[in-house]
Amino acid sequence: MVDERTPDIAAGRLTAEQYVANFNDLHPPLDRHQALVESDRCYFCYDAPCVTACPTGIDIPLFLREILTENPKGAGETILSANILGGMCARVCPTETLCEEACVREKAEGKPVRIGELQRYATDALMADGTQPFVRAAPTGKRVAVVGGGPAGLSCAHRLAVHGHDVVIFDARPKIGGLNEYGIAAYKTPGGFAQAEVDFILSIGGITVEPGKALGRDFSIDSLREEFDAVFIGVGLAGVNALRLAGEDQPGVSDAVAYIAELRQTDDLAALPVGRRIVVIGGGMTAIDIASQSKRLGAEDVTIVYRRGADRMGASEYERELAQTDGVTIKFNAQPTALVTDGGRVTGVTFEYTAENGAGLAGTGETFTLDTDMVFKAIGQTFVPEALNGAGQAIAIDSGRIQVDDERRTSLAGVWAGGDCIVGGEDLTVVAVEDGKIAAESINRALAG
Amino acid sequence: MADLRSDFVGIKSPNPFWLASAPPTDKEYNVVRAFKAGWGGVVWKTLGEDPPIVNVAGPRYGAVHAGDRRLIGLNNSELITDRELQVNLEEIKRVKRDWPDRALVVSLMVPCEEPSWKAILKAVEDTDCDGVELNFGCPHGMSERGMGSAVGQVPEYIEMVARWCKASTRMPVIVKLTPNITDIRYPARAAHKGGADAVSLVNTINSITSVDLDNFAPEPSIDGKGSHGGYCGPAIKPIALSMVSEIARDKECAGLPISGIGGITTWRDAAEYMALGAGNVQVCTAAMTYGFKIVEEMKSGLSRYLDEKGMTLSDLTGRAVPNVTDWQYLNLNFVTKARIDQDLCIECGRCHIVCEDTSHQAITATKDGRRHFEVIDSQCVGCNLCVNVCPVEDCITMERITAATDPQSGAPATGYRNWTQHPNNPMAKLPEPAE
Repeated sequence: MVDERTPDIAAGRLTAEQYVANFNDLHPPLDRHQALVESDRCYFCYDAPCVTACPTGIDIPLFLREILTENPKGAGETILSANILGGMCARVCPTETLCEEACVREKAEGKPVRIGELQRYATDALMADGTQPFVRAAPTGKRVAVVGGGPAGLSCAHRLAVHGHDVVIFDARPKIGGLNEYGIAAYKTPGGFAQAEVDFILSIGGITVEPGKALGRDFSIDSLREEFDAVFIGVGLAGVNALRLAGEDQPGVSDAVAYIAELRQTDDLAALPVGRRIVVIGGGMTAIDIASQSKRLGAEDVTIVYRRGADRMGASEYERELAQTDGVTIKFNAQPTALVTDGGRVTGVTFEYTAENGAGLAGTGETFTLDTDMVFKAIGQTFVPEALNGAGQAIAIDSGRIQVDDERRTSLAGVWAGGDCIVGGEDLTVVAVEDGKIAAESINRALAG
Repeated sequence: MADLRSDFVGIKSPNPFWLASAPPTDKEYNVVRAFKAGWGGVVWKTLGEDPPIVNVAGPRYGAVHAGDRRLIGLNNSELITDRELQVNLEEIKRVKRDWPDRALVVSLMVPCEEPSWKAILKAVEDTDCDGVELNFGCPHGMSERGMGSAVGQVPEYIEMVARWCKASTRMPVIVKLTPNITDIRYPARAAHKGGADAVSLVNTINSITSVDLDNFAPEPSIDGKGSHGGYCGPAIKPIALSMVSEIARDKECAGLPISGIGGITTWRDAAEYMALGAGNVQVCTAAMTYGFKIVEEMKSGLSRYLDEKGMTLSDLTGRAVPNVTDWQYLNLNFVTKARIDQDLCIECGRCHIVCEDTSHQAITATKDGRRHFEVIDSQCVGCNLCVNVCPVEDCITMERITAATDPQSGAPATGYRNWTQHPNNPMAKLPEPAE
């Protein structure tokens, strides 16, 4: 049905109460009794599969037992000693494909221990205390530059600070936190948690923050190498993939990542314009996040179109169900072939159905068109190497991202890297945290040598 | 439906489920509610001499909880009735008149002087109740005054008081025993010698349920101080079961009826007590946890069980007693090994780690480089620990081996040989060598 009034893009579609409800905690935190009952479900497995499944190797059975014995702050410390961003990971980790998928209760009864929610219970208890549980070693006099204040950089910086090194975090944005601050869906981390966690991490001491400083613009890798004893790069993915369709640059087509960042930073959700009919192109977490949040901003029809089948979708089944519960429609096996423009703006998207054949994905020839007020591109992000190597010695790039070894060392001596910007980066906070941790330990060894 | 009618030392009740002498049987209102709910009988909360005792007005109960606050143990420091004797007697008389088919036994505790017992027995007899239970078990408060468990811990006193009572009343006399003693057979024998018609056990076990680690006071605490209470509930059932069995198989107590008490919560608990020799059972904590309605489950469960087994209630009593024996007669040639059902295994690894850390290193953690839990027969001593810690029912079972010798010890694995016949026993009565 074509609406003659397109584009229908408006702010303030909901009441103040609706905005609050829609962007409040997705899961309210567990209360004490719930946490005791749920943690008691843990079998305290030997060589527990959940620990193996956690990219940061948190000792999950131990922290659950600490919760059970009413030592939640001890549980928090157990978590943070393996993963300093354990609070954020408790909120955003796809636990259904990590620890909770591995939980033997999943195998036994299809109901794993709710590890993520319990991790939040423990980390909240510790952070509410306001004290930093880790103590800095004696100052080493060594200085390390961390480029990018996202999960990888924060993790690296904290671990380096614990070892007594001085750290400067450079970040191109006005706030550090990276995707935790600008990318995660708002209802997963309400109440300013991302910045509270940053403050908690920085409270270790010895870490200076330089916001608004961009690599390649305000400094170069070479200048950092001259000034610092080591450099860690955790700049994430600054580029966005293009649809490569005519009309992509016209009004009506937006980049999902940028829109989410705007949503996360706004003080007033009611001031944020959103279309009545939304089409999201993509199949990852960003697609789910933009779709759900559009719906929660008051969009009437939101459709995600993904070019492959459900089994290939980057977003987990749990995340898909979350979006579908919000009223989002997900269409599979269709790829965009043309943007419909009218009066200098995009008003629709034509898709062609696809099928997997032996060689890959092919169009079937059958098409359909969705009328829309806003199209969101969520088809992946890319590493932008230009800033990195604009000046100075080249750092080896592989498959479009920074090449590193097991210790997260780049090809350039004294330079480490981690997070989404390295080869194999998984677009997961928890993996980035582990990269930062491994790199920090490697840097520490190198500086001690 | 099996016939659940019970006759315990001549006291008839429509079922063998009585409420024990305790707070639930404190007064007419509660007892009438219990009878309406279907309980077969009650033992009225212990009467004493006037003036009535005084209870603390702070917490009387403390608890031990399992996961999800399931109450598995209750501690109480309530004393005997705190109401005047005459009030209780009038209520007892009225209740017995209104509920003639139910068992109504009255618990008693007075000082260890014959006139005191004679006097109260006379007063109680006038209520037309069915019998009396002598409270020699209460371990807190009253024992400090030379009553309750202070009597129950001295077999000579038990015998003496039991004899006084039997000489003074036509009513059946049941002696309630304290478990706060090293060998339960001695007080039971004393009761038997004194002419008691039955014993009931166990009363509660001395206990402190926990310590407040901020105020350093035992729980429950009264104004910062605590005194031990009596422990009851599911947690004490194994202790009480063993004591019941000890009396049931004691030659000197032969023929002495037993009323089983201690953590009975379900029909199955009741059936276990009866199988170990109890003629009926008494319940308290389960009712104090869930209310009186639980008796419905007990009746239906026991009835169905008896029907399925084709047994009567009296068939059940003592059925397991012949199978309770001394350790020295256990068959040392009965060799079992744990078997792990790989289809049921959820790979938690608990069996491995407890065996590895605390037992006999008899369960693998990996096989061909993969997580895999399997019993190593040459190390397994058949101890059953893995079965007990496995979270999946029937995943690990014990199987008797068919080989002639135990691969773990090399000892024989067929036939029967107990410790009294074992060559390692210097006192063994070895078979005479063949001529």
